[in-house]
Amino acid sequence: MEQSTFIQQASTEKNKVTKSAALQEPRFIRYTLTFIALAFLAFFIVLPLASIFITAFQKGVDVYLAAITHPDALAAIKLTLMVVAIAVPLNAIFGVMAAWTLTKFNFKGKNLLLTIVDLPFAVSPVIAGLVFILLFGSQGLFGDWLFANDIKIVFALPGIVLATIFVTLPFVARELIPLMQAQGTSEEEASISLGGSGFKTFWYVTLPNIKWGLFYGLILCNARAIGEFGAVSVVSGHIRGMTNTMPLHIEILYNEYQFSAAFAVASLMSVMAIFTLILKDIIAWKSKSS
Amino acid sequence: MSSLTLTKKSRRIIPGFHLSLGYTMLYVSLLVLLPLSMIFIHTMSLSWTAFVDIITDPRAVASYKVSFSTALIAGLLNVLFGTIIAWVLVRYQFPFKRIIDGLVDLPFALPTAVAGIALTSLYAPNGWIGQFFDFKIAFTPLGIIIALTFIGLPFVVRTVQPVLQNISAEVEEASASLGANRLQTFRKVILPELLPAILTGFSLAFARALGEYGSVVFIAGNMPMKTEITPLIIMTKLEQYDYAGATAIAVVMLVTSFILLFTINIIQWLANRRFVH
Repeated sequence: MEQSTFIQQASTEKNKVTKSAALQEPRFIRYTLTFIALAFLAFFIVLPLASIFITAFQKGVDVYLAAITHPDALAAIKLTLMVVAIAVPLNAIFGVMAAWTLTKFNFKGKNLLLTIVDLPFAVSPVIAGLVFILLFGSQGLFGDWLFANDIKIVFALPGIVLATIFVTLPFVARELIPLMQAQGTSEEEASISLGGSGFKTFWYVTLPNIKWGLFYGLILCNARAIGEFGAVSVVSGHIRGMTNTMPLHIEILYNEYQFSAAFAVASLMSVMAIFTLILKDIIAWKSKSS
Repeated sequence: MSSLTLTKKSRRIIPGFHLSLGYTMLYVSLLVLLPLSMIFIHTMSLSWTAFVDIITDPRAVASYKVSFSTALIAGLLNVLFGTIIAWVLVRYQFPFKRIIDGLVDLPFALPTAVAGIALTSLYAPNGWIGQFFDFKIAFTPLGIIIALTFIGLPFVVRTVQPVLQNISAEVEEASASLGANRLQTFRKVILPELLPAILTGFSLAFARALGEYGSVVFIAGNMPMKTEITPLIIMTKLEQYDYAGATAIAVVMLVTSFILLFTINIIQWLANRRFVH
């Protein structure tokens, strides 16, 4: 044991020596590349992020607070949270089911199903909204029936939820499929052969194995669901205080030249985004250590 | 023979096949396939000549050109800078590296509308960055390219990074000990290994850029024939209740992205066969 660690140490030492000789770029190139990378990130990531918070507070804290406590803003926040609370759990359950189907069994058409699960990623958000207008809009397939029964889907909460579900559908499944593929089926088989029920096997054997992947997918799904703009914009109808989500509220404020207010609401969303990044980092670290 | 029957049996040991397959099929049928099929069903109501008239309208054609060229340029920029960023993050040490690494994912986490207004105010003629340039950046195709580069950056970095991490030092050592200089090692040993990942990253970024709406509408200026992207044409037609027109353009976009994905899969398959066997 001790010997092997010693050898390991020696070999890493050796690696370090050879690395400085022929395996690394000249110092000038290293510095230039690092400079290019950092400058690019500064202009494209750091500056935009900083500008959101600076512009938000440009006209003082009072204007900021007024913007985020405005009834329309509060209504937008409430609507966004409601949409997320419906869409994300549904897609999480679907993601687990789809990953279970696609990784634990072999069947004909498996690749086709995999492609269909991925399909929403290849579709423009605007088209994701359009399809629900074609289904449930006044000229749509179910338009007359919905009108006769006085059910509102498009330009109301159900439409926004449907569009959000469509756009964020693959996130959890995409995260779980490679993970469960790598884990194989032997542990579940052991549990079943020892008399565990299907549900118990999932709960006590599969779920602990995939929990970090599931969290990771949930966080990505959640971030996209909160911020979805194009698809929701098509189906919402932009009714202020009623069907405006946070991103749509930002758009309206911005188009009315209320820049401070627009950036104030945007800063709230940026805090959520930063929080997402931190959670992602923690989960990546946790899953590596476990 | 015996192992074959064993795998066949073991496949049936795990329960829930019919339930999970049924649920998955139902979910994707109701929420993906049925809605998407509406695009093609609705287009059927148009005559062929009407369909062709709509999709070859000069304004629509101009938008294809804007969307395609800006997405392509942004994708190429992402390949160049994304690969450099991945390289620097994997190979070099510098302060705050972990935070900077985390920040690369910001475009995934930040709502596109927020990114859109932030980039617009930075690159507008009187913005923090825009004021230093004699020419306009925001409200020109240049602005669209900037927004699409922002959106696509993590795709390239996050596909290249793990591959770069897994290249074993031995291969590079072998190359160096056989007399190759650093540039030769990079070109002949490292780059071929990275190429499939770079291609994947590019295709993901490009596909996303073609359909992107939220971050672009603010910075584009949306001038017909000049800075109008194809998703915006769909949006405009919808606002005028021209559902048939919107759907026809959507068909063009959908077919384009399907062909694109298909081509990329083939190229990737070929590249994998060529480089990884």
